[in-house]
Amino acid sequence: VTAPGQRGFVLEARPGDEENLLSAALAALAEAFTVTAEPGAPGSGTRRRTWLDTFDWRLYRAGLVLQFEQARQGGRLLLSQADGTPQAEQAVTSWPRRPPLDLPEGPVRDRIAVLTRPRALLPTVRAVSTASVTRLLNADGKTVARLVADHVTVTAPSQPAPSQAATTAELAPRLAVTEVRGYPGPARKASALLAGVPGLSPASQGVFIAALTALGRHPADYSSSVAAEITAEMPAPVAVARLLLRLLDTLESNVDGVLRDIDTEFLHDLRVAVRRTRSAVKLLGAVLPDELAEHYKAEFKWLGDVTTPVRDLDVHLLGFDAMAAQVEAASPADLEPLRAFLARRRAREVRRLAGALRGPRFRAIADDWRKALLEIRDTGSARRRRPAAVTLALSTTGRAFRRIAAQGGTITPDSAPASLHDLRKRAKELRYLLEFFAPLHDPVAYRKVVGDLKQLQDCLGDFQDSEVQRAEISSLAEAMLAERAAPAATLLAMGEIAAKLARSQAQAREEFAARFARFAGPAGQERVRVLLEGRP
Amino acid sequence: VKIFATYNIKGGVGKTTAAVNLAYLSAADGHRTLLWDLDPQGAASFLFRIKPRVKGGGKALIRGTKALDDAIKGTDFDDLDLIPADFTYRNMDLLLGGADKKPTRRIAQLLRPLAAEYDHVFLDCPPSISLVSENVMHAADVLVVPLIPTTLSVRTLDQLTEFMADFRGHRPQVRAFFSMVDRRKRLHQEIIKDLQAERVDVAATPIPSLSLIERMSVERAPITAFAPRSVAARAYRDLWTELSHDG
Repeated sequence: VTAPGQRGFVLEARPGDEENLLSAALAALAEAFTVTAEPGAPGSGTRRRTWLDTFDWRLYRAGLVLQFEQARQGGRLLLSQADGTPQAEQAVTSWPRRPPLDLPEGPVRDRIAVLTRPRALLPTVRAVSTASVTRLLNADGKTVARLVADHVTVTAPSQPAPSQAATTAELAPRLAVTEVRGYPGPARKASALLAGVPGLSPASQGVFIAALTALGRHPADYSSSVAAEITAEMPAPVAVARLLLRLLDTLESNVDGVLRDIDTEFLHDLRVAVRRTRSAVKLLGAVLPDELAEHYKAEFKWLGDVTTPVRDLDVHLLGFDAMAAQVEAASPADLEPLRAFLARRRAREVRRLAGALRGPRFRAIADDWRKALLEIRDTGSARRRRPAAVTLALSTTGRAFRRIAAQGGTITPDSAPASLHDLRKRAKELRYLLEFFAPLHDPVAYRKVVGDLKQLQDCLGDFQDSEVQRAEISSLAEAMLAERAAPAATLLAMGEIAAKLARSQAQAREEFAARFARFAGPAGQERVRVLLEGRP
Repeated sequence: VKIFATYNIKGGVGKTTAAVNLAYLSAADGHRTLLWDLDPQGAASFLFRIKPRVKGGGKALIRGTKALDDAIKGTDFDDLDLIPADFTYRNMDLLLGGADKKPTRRIAQLLRPLAAEYDHVFLDCPPSISLVSENVMHAADVLVVPLIPTTLSVRTLDQLTEFMADFRGHRPQVRAFFSMVDRRKRLHQEIIKDLQAERVDVAATPIPSLSLIERMSVERAPITAFAPRSVAARAYRDLWTELSHDG
């Protein structure tokens, strides 16, 4: 947990007793070494560090830790593995004061860009530490090890974060024995001596994790997955309320990132939470009071709709380079006026969206919906209509599957596109139901069904996305013409893209029959039966 | 990596003192620096309070059964490491002679894996012309030659230049400097003036003869570290500025 060549300890002293404990540590070391303070030694003095990660902890989940060590001017970015093994380092001359933090080019960025894109890096913890260094000398007066005593104050940067308790905390002082190259023995000896001092315990966490803990957070405390705490025996209304509360948490924790326009994924996650909420209200709302489900159906539809324009533009802009690379007759540069047009539109739509999210209607949804759900969660078990959660899970999931099987079976190569669009919606609903109740299912059976369903969804998604995008390209072309923002070359290039989209839509249509047969045919039905009935 | 070697055919001319102080100054400038004490007397190791001992002796290092990397010791100073001397280095010529193909290139070969880890390597070479010194000349980019200002000593520089004139391929740049200079002696001043006029490879900075430099063996630290504002330390700093800004 400490850097290689270091052995770390934490002083478990009561405040005010630290000095005594530190003296006891030095006295223990004096048995084997001459102990002298080393003012101005490398590693002594004040360090200012900021740990960075994406909002959804992509670096942490990949086993990486990124810190920025501030110097008088600029500083250094240090990327390491969770155990402290260095991975990459990069000097930074200037640092933006506010997120989004897009890294300047360099080895650290090269290493992490694949993981983090399109997410921005945000500060997770800031730490100011003051270290003093003591040299441990052998009989020749040679420094054979060092003791670094570190006092760390940590601060939570102001940013969207769930369950954020304190904003500043003092960590228990830390002692670390650092090895001098070629002298492993003395460092071991010093560590052994420290281990015998009462009140010193081996540091089990690095500063980063200790800092998060002190601030009442833990790493990976945001995830867009459903993962509600439900059990099979729980009354269905309680389970559904828990599910919806979890979705509301996710939704709300993304609002600030959307308002500050930190990166596109805040809005994406917010929209997924809205869609899941709508599906849950539609499919499971029967266990909620009637008027409640009815009212919020409309409210969440409104919320979904106000977020759509920005997301559509995000999708265009995120895929822009890949799309531009595909044009053959035209040059990718021909499309730049389209990019500029999209960016202008997006800026306008973001303002509009921010207005909605700051407005009373959204506030009312968030507050009243939560209040209603909390009440159901806490009193739901007393209600009259109360099947167990598992009963609700099995009946709704089975019904959703049968609907897809029936509806998909009627689709022929001549069916209208609308029939595939409709099937896509049903498939999405089934997917959400599976995810909602995932904790109640057998994991192996669950993975099999979800795997098949995902294949089918991808195919239906390709089909519909191509059609929607094609329609959008032509409406964008009209809008650009109306605003006199469309050179002929750009329109031609857009025509090429529309043609490509038509081809991939035709391809998705060809693949549909096979994917559907795999999902809803006899083998697929058997997989669903195993999932729902629990017997192979 | 840039390899500096301090060398003179004659001993007792301030060679080790120069190696220790120049290596210290290099590290103090922020260059990752390694000093290899090749002299079996182990004076450089002693000055850094490091025991003149390498596990397996010179044999293990030269044969490659022990990686040079494993013999490295950290000094008390940031960015400055040392490979200690060992008494078995006195047989280094025999050991090098036993190396299979290119006995004069063995040290250069051993240093190669360390190139990524260090910016500067200093070799403190024992006096006399031997297979060791020939190895060092092949390995070094800069041969730093201390000269005491006597007619005889100056001749050794000519001898050295002649010796290396026969080298094929790599030839180090020679940078001589005057060492143990007594400013009160008119002869010293004349010899310095003449040689500096005659040869371009003689540094402008002389290192004076001072009792403080002798105190290094009592303090067991570079003078540039324990008395950084002294005249002697300033002289070494000027010399290092000259050497490090060449080529």
